[in-house]
Amino acid sequence: MGKNKGTFKELITLIKTNATSYMMYFALIAIMLVFQIWTNGRFFTAQNITNLFNQAAYVAVLAIGMTLILILKHIDLSCGYVAGLSGAIAAILMEKMGVNVWLSMLIVLLIALAIGFYQGTLVTKMGIPAFITTLAGMFIFRGLLSRSLAKHGTIIVTDPVFKAMCQGFIPDIPGNKTGVHIVTMVIAVLAVALVIFFQIRNRKNKMKYDFPVSSTPIFVAGLVAVSIVILFAAWMLAIDNGLPISVCIVGVILAAYAFMLSKTKLGRHIYGIGGNDQAAELSGVDVKKVTLFAFCSMSVLAAVAGFLYTSRLSSATPTAGLAFEMDAIASSYIGGTAVSGGVGKVTNAIIGTFVIMSLTNGMNLLTIDISYQYIVKGIIFIIAVAFDVKSRKK
Amino acid sequence: MSDDYILEMRNITKVFPGVKALDNVNFKVRRGEIHCLVGENGAGKSTLMKVLSGVWKYGTYTGDIVYNGEVQHFKSIADSEAKGIAIIYQELALFPELSVYENIFLGHEIMNGIAIDWNETTVQAQKYLEKVRLKVNPALPVKKLNTGKQQLVEIAKALSKNCNLLIFDEPTSSLNEDDSENLLNIMRELKEQGITCIMISHKLREVTAIADTITVLRDGSTICSLDAKTDDISEANIIKNMVGRTIDDVYPKRLTKNIGDIMFEVKNLSAEDRSTGRQILKDVSFNVRKGEIVGLQGLMGAGRTECALAVFGNPYKYKITSGEVWLDGEKVHFKTPKQAIKKGLAYVSEDRKGNGLVLIQDVRYNTTLSNLEELIKALSIDENKEIGIANKYKEEINIKTPTVAQKVGNLSGGNQQKVQIAKWLFSHPKVLILDEPTRGIDVGAKYEIYSIMNELVKQGMSIIMISSELPEILGMSDRLYVMSEGKITGELAIEEATEEKVMKMAINS
Repeated sequence: MGKNKGTFKELITLIKTNATSYMMYFALIAIMLVFQIWTNGRFFTAQNITNLFNQAAYVAVLAIGMTLILILKHIDLSCGYVAGLSGAIAAILMEKMGVNVWLSMLIVLLIALAIGFYQGTLVTKMGIPAFITTLAGMFIFRGLLSRSLAKHGTIIVTDPVFKAMCQGFIPDIPGNKTGVHIVTMVIAVLAVALVIFFQIRNRKNKMKYDFPVSSTPIFVAGLVAVSIVILFAAWMLAIDNGLPISVCIVGVILAAYAFMLSKTKLGRHIYGIGGNDQAAELSGVDVKKVTLFAFCSMSVLAAVAGFLYTSRLSSATPTAGLAFEMDAIASSYIGGTAVSGGVGKVTNAIIGTFVIMSLTNGMNLLTIDISYQYIVKGIIFIIAVAFDVKSRKK
Repeated sequence: MSDDYILEMRNITKVFPGVKALDNVNFKVRRGEIHCLVGENGAGKSTLMKVLSGVWKYGTYTGDIVYNGEVQHFKSIADSEAKGIAIIYQELALFPELSVYENIFLGHEIMNGIAIDWNETTVQAQKYLEKVRLKVNPALPVKKLNTGKQQLVEIAKALSKNCNLLIFDEPTSSLNEDDSENLLNIMRELKEQGITCIMISHKLREVTAIADTITVLRDGSTICSLDAKTDDISEANIIKNMVGRTIDDVYPKRLTKNIGDIMFEVKNLSAEDRSTGRQILKDVSFNVRKGEIVGLQGLMGAGRTECALAVFGNPYKYKITSGEVWLDGEKVHFKTPKQAIKKGLAYVSEDRKGNGLVLIQDVRYNTTLSNLEELIKALSIDENKEIGIANKYKEEINIKTPTVAQKVGNLSGGNQQKVQIAKWLFSHPKVLILDEPTRGIDVGAKYEIYSIMNELVKQGMSIIMISSELPEILGMSDRLYVMSEGKITGELAIEEATEEKVMKMAINS
């Protein structure tokens, strides 16, 4: 009994001290459950979960890039139209000029890199605030998007490889007649195994150096919860068409960025600049170069987001890109990126994306008007940030 | 002179966590005099003026402020201003984009109904500008005026609020000779108009030229109050009162000294501030040998930190107009701190919270930030090795923290300073520049930092210690340089250095 009491007490302090990071999990679960009830069970269906993943993919990619920018205390308002423009150029190259799909994407990624370099240079070398630089970019790229599609109007994308990015699924073993997508389940089990392995190793390491760790019951409960979520989501997908390719694309980008931020010199430098740019500079960090990198990475990821969005709609339209940056910024902040910079995780930004996109998805299921959707998202966003600001003051 | 006191501050005591900034200070100012307040950095002059002006509001100090015969309870600057007390700060508090007359009347605008009466404002501004003998177009934005003229605008602003006690905090520190002389004349004229002036200054030549009374503060206490007519106000006497402290034996002794060849040398370094065009370094030359601690003394604003930063990759982009830097027999020119660090230079900042540490990150993170290359294994940082290194420094220099996973912002000042030192030790420097290494930390931690310094020079490192604390410089250095107004004004072997000599060079009048 006494032991249980201790665990309970720990749970309370854990929730209190990590209020923000737990908050978003609770919010996500609450939002999903509410929609599950309101839609009479239409939220957690295989088809809708697949749809949610495909819908969220482009925002997730943008949110990853945006998190870096926000940690550095900058902002990128132009990334939405950079995404829209990228999708349009890719579509023109493939459909109107007959360029190979892979080459088209490579060309667009290089263009996006140039855009990032241009904006990053204005911010770092000229000292123009990122808000202004990217606001100007928003105008420019919106104009370029309209211009590029002026001749053709909306372009329908027919390339199968390109369409597969955000509509397709990973292949299963041939001749599988079980009705369950086996490869998907294998990947899920592997993912769970990896999570458990890394978490245990991490915890052992921490204990070796006497760093504070959560007690065994809490730790195990956390692992079990994460495993159930992964396996449940995988099961939902596996009884339908399997794992969407978009999830794999986001997964690879997420893994690369999470590794970069937590394990490499570049990641350390990003957190250093965000925490105290002057101290970072005096410690030998090349502040300008790192900032330039973040803007380049943002624009390149915006291009990838543009591909995903265009792929999902099978078309490039002049309105693609509208308000993408708002969802990306909101995702990152809801995911616990500090408003004052220096703190933030790309993995949490993805949770933020799911909060935002679950709202979109759920309200779409309920056929709630888009105007109300904006209002609801705005309210959730400001509550999340207010909560974060308050908890950081302590 | 009459005994009509406009201001009496009685038994003022002000305590900051861990430090008694003012200890029973008594300070009396006669009506219509120019009263100079002198003392070393940290003697308590600025704190005393902040108590007077209400920055440290009533209740945060003990003692009485009697102004015009009444005990005052100022709760804010607005309260003291309402009674006619105004401070002219070293860093001017003007709005550069606004015009001269807008600045003068900002906060107490001349109104005509609900709108500002700009005509009357201009006329009135002209009147106050004449009082400070400033002939400029009042419609000009303040940023177009030089520092000396801006200061006069600030005085005009104070006069426009009907102030009768004007406090100047180091008014001439950023002025050239002519502007300084002009300012002193203005002060004399104000005195004739019946306005009382208090001036805080390090420039004793000016002090002795203008003061009716001089009060000396030292270590938060009033040492003496000298009347210009009856007492000895020679610079020598003032300096003696400023420094006359017995040096306690708080400095660990090095038993063996092993001083080698010149390791680091700066020759004829001159630099300007790009934005103001002010010369911040004038022909500065100094060197430090292997295994030697060289002190760089000087009062605040003498250019010591600027000098260190100019050689440490010049992160604030001063315009270097001349000079050479030699490190370990090689002529070097560092364009960024990164290059300087690579070649073996390290700079422990005087402002550990401002530009020394990343407070929201942990001890481990801060320790390794300047030398992550050493931890790279394959693509990633070897965290086991990193924790090992952080723990090693934690043990070696005794950083008091439960684990190295603790956020640096949660540590005490002394331990934060040790984290800064750990960071720079891990970059394996040949020359370590310590800028005010013991500012704001307690005696025990100070002793530990001195011991670390001794251990480092024993291992052959060269140390440059920048400090405005005389006892510390005299207690730790093998040799020392004194800076004043961007120039090296003297070099002393430790055997020949005394507080009086150093202070005289630092004040350099």
